[in-house]
Amino acid sequence: MAYVAVKGGERAISNAHALLAEERRGDRAVAEVSVAQIGQQLSLAVDRVMSEGSCYDAELAALAIKQARGDLTEAIFLLRAYRTTLPRFGFSLPIETADMAVRRRVSAAFKDIPGGQVLGPTFDYTHRLLDFRLAAEGGDVVPPAPEAEDVLPERLPNIESVFSHEGLLETDAPGTDDEAPFDLTREPMAFPAGRDQRLQALARGDEGFLLALAYSSQRGWGSTHPLCGEIRLGEASVSFVPDELGFPIEIAEITLTECVMLSDFASADGQAPQYTRGYGLTFGHCERKAMSMAIVDRSLRAREAGEEINAPCRDEEFVLYHSDNVEASGFVQHLKLPHYVDFQADLQFLRRLRKDFLAAQAMSREQQSVQKVAAE
Amino acid sequence: MRTAPDLASLRPGLADASLDSQRIFRCVMQATARPGLSQILLSAPQPPQGLSPAAGALLLTLVDADTPLWLDPALVATEAETWLRFHCGCQIASDPSAAAFALVTDPESMPLLSAFNQGEAKYPDLATTLVIDVVGLRGGPAVVLRGPGIDKEVTISPRILPADFWSQRSDVVSRFQFGVDLVLCAGSEILAIPRTTRTASGES
Amino acid sequence: MTLTNEPAVTMQADPPERYYNYAYLDEQTKRMIRRAILKALCIPGYQVPFGSREMPVPYGWGTGGIQLTASIIGPDDVFKCIDQGADDTTNAVSIRRFFATVADVATTENTTEATIIQSRHRIPEHPLTAGQVMIFQVPQPEPLRGLEPREMETRAMHAYEEYGLQYVSLYENISAFGRIAATAGYPVMIDERYLMSPSPIPKFDNPKMDNCPAILLFGAGREKRIYAVPPFTQVRSLDFEDYPFEIQTWDERCALCDAEGSYLDEVVLDDAGHRMFVCSDSHFCGERRAQGHAGVMAGHTLDQIDTEGLEGKAE
Repeated sequence: MAYVAVKGGERAISNAHALLAEERRGDRAVAEVSVAQIGQQLSLAVDRVMSEGSCYDAELAALAIKQARGDLTEAIFLLRAYRTTLPRFGFSLPIETADMAVRRRVSAAFKDIPGGQVLGPTFDYTHRLLDFRLAAEGGDVVPPAPEAEDVLPERLPNIESVFSHEGLLETDAPGTDDEAPFDLTREPMAFPAGRDQRLQALARGDEGFLLALAYSSQRGWGSTHPLCGEIRLGEASVSFVPDELGFPIEIAEITLTECVMLSDFASADGQAPQYTRGYGLTFGHCERKAMSMAIVDRSLRAREAGEEINAPCRDEEFVLYHSDNVEASGFVQHLKLPHYVDFQADLQFLRRLRKDFLAAQAMSREQQSVQKVAAE
Repeated sequence: MRTAPDLASLRPGLADASLDSQRIFRCVMQATARPGLSQILLSAPQPPQGLSPAAGALLLTLVDADTPLWLDPALVATEAETWLRFHCGCQIASDPSAAAFALVTDPESMPLLSAFNQGEAKYPDLATTLVIDVVGLRGGPAVVLRGPGIDKEVTISPRILPADFWSQRSDVVSRFQFGVDLVLCAGSEILAIPRTTRTASGES
Repeated sequence: MTLTNEPAVTMQADPPERYYNYAYLDEQTKRMIRRAILKALCIPGYQVPFGSREMPVPYGWGTGGIQLTASIIGPDDVFKCIDQGADDTTNAVSIRRFFATVADVATTENTTEATIIQSRHRIPEHPLTAGQVMIFQVPQPEPLRGLEPREMETRAMHAYEEYGLQYVSLYENISAFGRIAATAGYPVMIDERYLMSPSPIPKFDNPKMDNCPAILLFGAGREKRIYAVPPFTQVRSLDFEDYPFEIQTWDERCALCDAEGSYLDEVVLDDAGHRMFVCSDSHFCGERRAQGHAGVMAGHTLDQIDTEGLEGKAE
């Protein structure tokens, strides 16, 4: 062959895979990180990968993180691609987050709420000082956390129930039994988007993107004046009704983070004004994401609320089309693929334009000199 | 009143679901891409009484829980309905305009073509695909076809369809992109006529 | 078996202990895509929304083409995969390996032997024949997207055949540049009804689609659209009477096989402005060389080229 373009060929690809595997492993003198270690000690990464990967399996998410060398967007992609291959055998019943076994529950709306403000495991009030003790082998010496004197009530009522007797907070009308919720994993997006489609897209959406949109909203780009009604973290059970039994059985217990944002009040026709709300839900413990999602959910209800679509976070197509980091990453990075055929077409065009320009310039100079001669 | 299917006596569907459906689909795709040129579905299993092997094979390949199927009244509550529901896992649509697919085995009594889903202006792909069992793909009055997929023109002569079938169809497809898409079946053979095909009588 | 770390050097498919369903996709997904293909053929040029799945390859890297191929391919097919016209570009190799593994299918570089040709950004030089299926990888299925970012707006434009925006854009090119600026992904009208993007093929390839004997399928995985042009269908590149459509031409011939009239890639030989032009279609060029045709650079490897003797000069 006379020349080489971006022509890797079979061997180059195989070699690239081998090199990647070597870099992933790193220095062999250093102990290999285990999937169990990732699952236990990097659990917030695992939770994010499960949420955006749309697949609740902490071990698989940990494996994806290991294979992706810590690149969470890549790990999310791995988990999504795996999820595609899984058969669907049915649908669970809707999860009752009010029945959650709560480990953390706070509300900014009230000083105290039934069940109390339960801080739970949070970075919130830590001082962000690098702890060099953790750098030493075996440095993560953790004395057992003290046990509380009082037992948490089995069930902590959620913010909705606190408001319900006064009717201060809008309620969501449940859909009819016949209507199946939209499923983005099976159908493409359609616009205008229903709330079910929007919430699903946001739940799978990139945390960074939603964080930026929520932040922009708070800073005045389509503000909804959010107030954190409640954040709760805990375990909830997933139930399923097998055809043969005809009654629900619990098939899993999963960790969820739920956030309800109270927002600008609105009046529906013939009704007294109420608080409106935004809703956020993630697998595992992803507060930043749940809060951002709730703010953006409320922003996207602008259309139904008759609010002007005057900011990016209110623009349904803008938000939903660009929130999926698997799509975004693929498309941005596809620019690395060869584009030389289109580029050649472009180059030809540009050269032709330049040729025309120079020819026109030459001609006008010639005309000017002819005129000059004629004038003399 | 339907009783639970007698699974022991239920006829099988496709022998090798993956490979057979692939082969059958390629025939259907070829038929749709080349309207008026018939294709033979070699992997069609023997269906229950009432529908042709070609129609059965096509439905087993394309219909599932996401595509409501309108069923010819002649097949309702027969073994054919049980067979289709079981192997396809599909819902039966009683309203033709709610059907993604329609199986017509008694064309003389079929609803008007305009009763089926004609698609939407922005989503013309939602229109019904009609699978119509005819007595034969040849031997009827000649119809000349032109349009996408057809190298200049092709003549077909299916029998038997309702007398006003072609004029009904012309009406229904005159407002392209609305319309319905047809697959005529006889034995193991199919002949597709998408809404883009223009027809003219063969009598000249 | 993990596909991403697969170190196989040969193209031999694995024995029947395949971890995934035939051609990777599950049957339900294949059915959904197959239905979309049929409707696409019934409404030439119209973009059918479909439930595109995450594939082992990223969105933007050919998942639409891969899902189309996976939905139609069978053990009797012969599969060719090209990128920028060449069989041995890295992404084409990667996709061809994928199908050889998951679909137990024979692969080829020979255009005339292939039953399914998956391509990124080119149509091969050999005319396609009846019975062949050409599958295009499409990054942006919406021809009007560069002019109107909103899907709700563009879908309405197609529904009501309101394509004024496109013509205005071409007219603005003429005002600004004295000619229509589109060089790849040049918009076409299908059967005089739907405006379509032919994918980013160079406009050089547009005429091959008109009244073509093969089936043309277009897949956009990330944007989740499938569209099609049946055989023997009119495909017209947009233009104006006084600014008619024209394809690219070169002053040069292929430096390796001396072909005239094929699409040429520009190869930079040094940084003193020397360059040569070679066929983009690697199989076409290789076949001509095998038949004895030879261009001015035939037989040279890159390091042997003596640029001092070349006629080319820096632009």
